[in-house]
Amino acid sequence: MAQFRVCPDSGFYFDKSAESLIKVNAVAAVVALLVAGIMAVGVILTRWQEVHLLPADLFYQALTSHGINALLFWCIFFEIAIMYFASSTLLRTRLAAPRWAWAGFALMIIGAVMNNVAVLQGNSSVMMTSYAPMQAAPHFYLGLILFAVGALIGCFVFLGTLVIAKQDRTYEGSIPLVTFGALTACIIAVFTIASGAIILVPTFLWSIGYINSIDAEMYRIIWWAMGHSSQQINVAAHVSIWYLIVGVLFGARPMSEKVSRSAFLLYILFLQLASAHHILVDPGISSEWKVFNTSYAMYLAVLASMIHGLTVPGSMEIAQRAKGFTKGLFEWLRKAPWGNPVFSGFFLSLIIFGFIGGITGVVMGTEQINLIIHNTIYVPAHFHATVAVGTTLAFMALTYLLIPVLFRRALFLPWVAKMQPYVFSAGMTLMILFMLGAGTLGVSRRHWDMDFTGAALSFEYPGTAYTMMAVAGVGGVLAILGGAMYLVVTVGSLLFGKKLDEAAGLLQSFGVPMSAENYNISQPERLMMAPKLAVEEHGSGGFEAPGTFALAMTLMVCFVVYYFINWDYLASVWPLS
Amino acid sequence: MSSILPPSERIWWNEPIGKQELVWIGIALIWCLIMFFMMPYWHIYGKQNLSNEAYQTTPQHFQVKVDAMVEKYKVGEEAGIPIVRPPAGSDIYMLGRLWQWYPILELEKDQSYRLHLSSMDWQHGFSLQPVNINLQIVPGYEMVVTMTPDQSGEFTVICNEYCGIGHHTMLGKIYVKEN
Repeated sequence: MAQFRVCPDSGFYFDKSAESLIKVNAVAAVVALLVAGIMAVGVILTRWQEVHLLPADLFYQALTSHGINALLFWCIFFEIAIMYFASSTLLRTRLAAPRWAWAGFALMIIGAVMNNVAVLQGNSSVMMTSYAPMQAAPHFYLGLILFAVGALIGCFVFLGTLVIAKQDRTYEGSIPLVTFGALTACIIAVFTIASGAIILVPTFLWSIGYINSIDAEMYRIIWWAMGHSSQQINVAAHVSIWYLIVGVLFGARPMSEKVSRSAFLLYILFLQLASAHHILVDPGISSEWKVFNTSYAMYLAVLASMIHGLTVPGSMEIAQRAKGFTKGLFEWLRKAPWGNPVFSGFFLSLIIFGFIGGITGVVMGTEQINLIIHNTIYVPAHFHATVAVGTTLAFMALTYLLIPVLFRRALFLPWVAKMQPYVFSAGMTLMILFMLGAGTLGVSRRHWDMDFTGAALSFEYPGTAYTMMAVAGVGGVLAILGGAMYLVVTVGSLLFGKKLDEAAGLLQSFGVPMSAENYNISQPERLMMAPKLAVEEHGSGGFEAPGTFALAMTLMVCFVVYYFINWDYLASVWPLS
Repeated sequence: MSSILPPSERIWWNEPIGKQELVWIGIALIWCLIMFFMMPYWHIYGKQNLSNEAYQTTPQHFQVKVDAMVEKYKVGEEAGIPIVRPPAGSDIYMLGRLWQWYPILELEKDQSYRLHLSSMDWQHGFSLQPVNINLQIVPGYEMVVTMTPDQSGEFTVICNEYCGIGHHTMLGKIYVKEN
């Protein structure tokens, strides 16, 4: 029989088995982030040419480990936790098949450990992509396969939980928007894992000698159906978290259920086509195929992201204006709880994801522009804006919410938590911007030595490239410090955080003094009823959220200008046909 | 808190969409279409397009073609690598292998060449600097790109796909001479 606990502060319902599973998955995610962070020290301090910390073999080993732990293990463990939360907790139902969920978790742990062991043994420094015909040890691939099978079980537990909630009628009408977003993530995850199985199983068999050879181009195409799609799980998941956070902090309701859900539907239909971004300068793939796929069929998934980019802050603005923050375009934003890491983490994630990650992603995913960007350090700069800030910072912000709600602990060193999103995103932004610049100067990614020591021929990058990589190094160190602050707060809270036995008031548990009305955690009974926010006209010109619209138009202007700057740059290189 | 609750209106798909969202969706959609049509536009009017020409090959076959070109048009040697000056407009070859681009090419400015690229072993990245043209070189595939150097000088081919411990030593050269 399922047992429930109601969080006295937030009113969230936790099924006991779901609660334990959310906890262990979240903890496993944080451990993976710790490993990724330690490796990041080696990576960034080696790319900072004046420091050049590690020898080549250790550098490539650290880079492989950093990529896999950050992009796969941290994100996916956390996403399993989110899926269980978005189904069992938000729908107030028991978790389907908890034993299967535990089995899936065990497989994920075994797989993650096995893969990490393979990389640490030193004979699998093949990068996260492990491009055939470069070969890793068999247990490198086997670890990934086991991890993926475990994650797949997690997806089916999530789907089963939706079915149980429907059967038991634990909710009326449609599932909440956040659950809908988690469902989107789950569907993308199933596609991702299927693609992963199609390519990794034969690659594993090749590594133990059962298959003669793996076609290198086929490997690239199918591997990226997993590699890029796994980052699309992140997008769907962190957009859901944005909606969750504005809902919890501001009592915001979506501007339009129809628009937000349609945008998620566009993700399901078109987001995975973006795997083509990685093979735009590959041999043997036609331009028609590239143009259709790289643009997500006429940029329909980009349209979806631009919609979320408007509706998430827009719904927050409407809720804030309803509370009386109506002065000018931006009072609603100025008076937001900037000292609360849940809010600041969320908002910085949204802004940096949109302005840097989104724009650079579309630009370098343009078929011809990719010629001047492919495999330069511009590429990791882009995906640090999307994954390391967009996804990771959103997950960090959610962690600050979950520590009191789920783990029933007050935050350890709340002042550190308060500064953490700023330090982390400032460091990341600095690193990203200067890596983008260095990439434009042709600095290569996944490259140990920009001096080319020991090469028969020689080449010198311009001095600016060195300066940019050094500034990126400083930014990276700052970002690692921000990551360490997150780990200190998280681990410290679980070990030493004050236990919250009764309703403590989330305000106090964050250690952030704030007026109650601008921090709108609702009472349990309020959760039971659908909120009917009066849709009053607070905006201007029929626009409910004019400030958000101004932000969105700013994004659009940056986007258009930067897009055409890159075409101009492309037009200056040698003609190719 | 309705993003974490079921929609308050059960028939949410019939609710009207606000003006602001409609305007934004319209603007965003137009921008999406512009970006989409920029790519075919550039195929017609732009000068930097990757050809679709590629063939399946084997390292042995490709090596034979490279060696034939080297033998016929070799004009010198640098660091043990032959320098080759093929006639303008001809088919020219460069191979990537651990850890070298082979051979060194000497081209004429403003002449077009059909450059054939392939790998002998692992995947490599053809990154022409400081022009900054980047191509993926995959073993088993021969990519043919028509290239027209419009600057003269010394250009370096960096490998920008990780190819093992000596990856950073993998450099090649293309010299472009005024005619």
